[in-house]
Amino acid sequence: MSFRDSAEHRLAWLLCAPAVIAMLLVTAYPMLYSLWLSLFRYDLRFPDERQFVGLHNYITVLSAPTWWQSLFNTALITVGSVAVELVLGFIIALVMHRALVGRRTVRTAVLVPYGIITVVAAMSWRFAFDPTTGFVNGLLGLEGAWLADRWTAFAVIILTEIWKTTPFMALLLLGGLTLVPEDLLRAARVDGANAVQRFFRIVLPLMRPVIMVALLFRTLDAFRIFDTVFVLTRGAQGTEPVSVIGYNTLITRLNLGLGSAVSVLIFLCVLAIAALYIKGFGIDLSRREDD
Amino acid sequence: MSKKTLLNSLLSGVLVALLCGCSDRGSDVPRLNWYVYAERSGAFAEAARRCSDGAGGRYEISLAPLPADADQQREQLVRRLAAGDEDIDLIGMDVIWTAEFGEAGWVLPWHGASAGEARAGRLASAVESVTYEGQLWAIPFTTNTQLLWYRTDRVPSPPATWDQMIDMAEALGEVGTIQAQGERYEGLTVFFVSLLASAGGAVLEADGQRVSLEAGPTASALAVMRRLANSPAADPSLANAREDQARLAFESGASSFMLNYTYVWPSAWANAPEVARHMGWARWPAVFEDSPSRVTLGGINLGIGAHSRHPAFAFEAAACIASEENQRLAATRGGLPPTIAALYDDDAVRETFPFADVLRDTLRDAVQRPQTPLYADVSLAITRTLHPMRAVDPEADAARLRTAVERALRSEGLL
Repeated sequence: MSFRDSAEHRLAWLLCAPAVIAMLLVTAYPMLYSLWLSLFRYDLRFPDERQFVGLHNYITVLSAPTWWQSLFNTALITVGSVAVELVLGFIIALVMHRALVGRRTVRTAVLVPYGIITVVAAMSWRFAFDPTTGFVNGLLGLEGAWLADRWTAFAVIILTEIWKTTPFMALLLLGGLTLVPEDLLRAARVDGANAVQRFFRIVLPLMRPVIMVALLFRTLDAFRIFDTVFVLTRGAQGTEPVSVIGYNTLITRLNLGLGSAVSVLIFLCVLAIAALYIKGFGIDLSRREDD
Repeated sequence: MSKKTLLNSLLSGVLVALLCGCSDRGSDVPRLNWYVYAERSGAFAEAARRCSDGAGGRYEISLAPLPADADQQREQLVRRLAAGDEDIDLIGMDVIWTAEFGEAGWVLPWHGASAGEARAGRLASAVESVTYEGQLWAIPFTTNTQLLWYRTDRVPSPPATWDQMIDMAEALGEVGTIQAQGERYEGLTVFFVSLLASAGGAVLEADGQRVSLEAGPTASALAVMRRLANSPAADPSLANAREDQARLAFESGASSFMLNYTYVWPSAWANAPEVARHMGWARWPAVFEDSPSRVTLGGINLGIGAHSRHPAFAFEAAACIASEENQRLAATRGGLPPTIAALYDDDAVRETFPFADVLRDTLRDAVQRPQTPLYADVSLAITRTLHPMRAVDPEADAARLRTAVERALRSEGLL
């Protein structure tokens, strides 16, 4: 490493320092504290009975069918919503990219659901699907209670997530679309490639890094789903995601030890997802060309 | 909770925060913060104003509004109380928090003369709701319980038992629907505890340490739940219904029975007078014909924050807010049933509650939810085991329920 390189390296660290320190203070400290708490039997109501129990809390959580059931529910919601969002997001991105008139209006309109607070959006959908006050049954000529049955409740939860976050996906993909050189597409057209071929052979491969980043962001986000489910079913009807388990243990039951163990496990899941995307699919988040 | 109240409480929360932040006006007058749910009619605010005026400048009470949902009130309070917040002087405590707050030392016990005041003229069930381990932890303020509401134009005389009611409802066909609370939340615990007590059982033994759930009464209570939820007379969204969904559905006119609190009466007159005209009331149906129903007690008691800077003033203020005069105000303006027994003979109160006699009788026989510091865990265990009601299997679920409540009492495992 030359002198200039190491000087630049030092400068880089120096410039990052404020952000790193802030992150350590506001995220690393609570996370480590949570890790520490998870090794205790500690109930906020009986602080005197606090007692070191080692990994006992983790064993309790990992041997509970409730935890595995909720992990499955979370995975189902995550995969279901992210997959549909990717397809829908692509369609919307293509429309926005190719729109000839009212480009700005279209882009603004698409963003509206993303701008609505999740709790408010979830409440609106709850009312919409309610058999007494809602319009959905009237519109479809149905009479069911959507949120009273497991699979229809999942459908409503996933729909709410999709409605809410597809714009985010579309916006990220739109950014990727603008990176595809027009010349390349034109050249392909001259060579006789049709629209479908151009999309699958040129656009998609060029956009791969952007798609992966969009998927990573949305997967991590979807995995931590809480407010939508809390408002729609409170986790009933077997739709409970891991975050609601954590909430029940930590906030309702004030069981700091067990609740922290749940939180740490959720964090590890998130970490595993991120590792899978970055190592497994080879996403380079800094997107440097020269490495 | 309606969006409007949510918005209101948000706005008033911001407002209070601003006021407290920029001007501690008259800083020599001690300010007592009363944390209580944002009451819509303004009865609590008026009571606070009256008591502040009556204090002659010795203290001033200011309201700190909490959400309408009891679970959310508790969430906000317990973390601050556990952290020793000195700003919490008066607490509008849901009846189910007494044991938890008392055991954890988050509220001050009532002794001597103030304890006498807290008992004076109060309904026995209301006094029981502030008692834990022989000690008073709050002063009873308002109370509440469910009645059976029915359509007098379709039902000639109200049913005495659950079986009779479900038979009647099924015979009525389409409009026979029974509205109750079946969502997985506190309301389901209330429903189960009422059924269990009516069948002669209890969740915990009298010592509050061990599970009771005797086989016979538990099976009878679960059998009623199962029959109701699987009857064509149940609302299709029973598994998702809270008090307010039940009220709205009843006001739409397509139901003939409803188990709900007294607030549905003024609400029906405001929203659906044609339904209200045909609205009758009766005591909650019994499980067995020969033993009257026992219904779960609700309501708000006033506790004193353990770290309050002005505990002596806080005790005085709480007694003032819960006095007869202010209970009458809470009843007539806010529709909140009083805990002072004599008020049920008061003309103004009887005008607000034409059903005052049934209400008082129900309150006299009312049942407490399990009085244990681990109530939140126990309630979670009950609702998680018994939801959805349509899938209740009386035999298997009695055993599951016992195991779940036992674990909850040991504060162990995931629920």
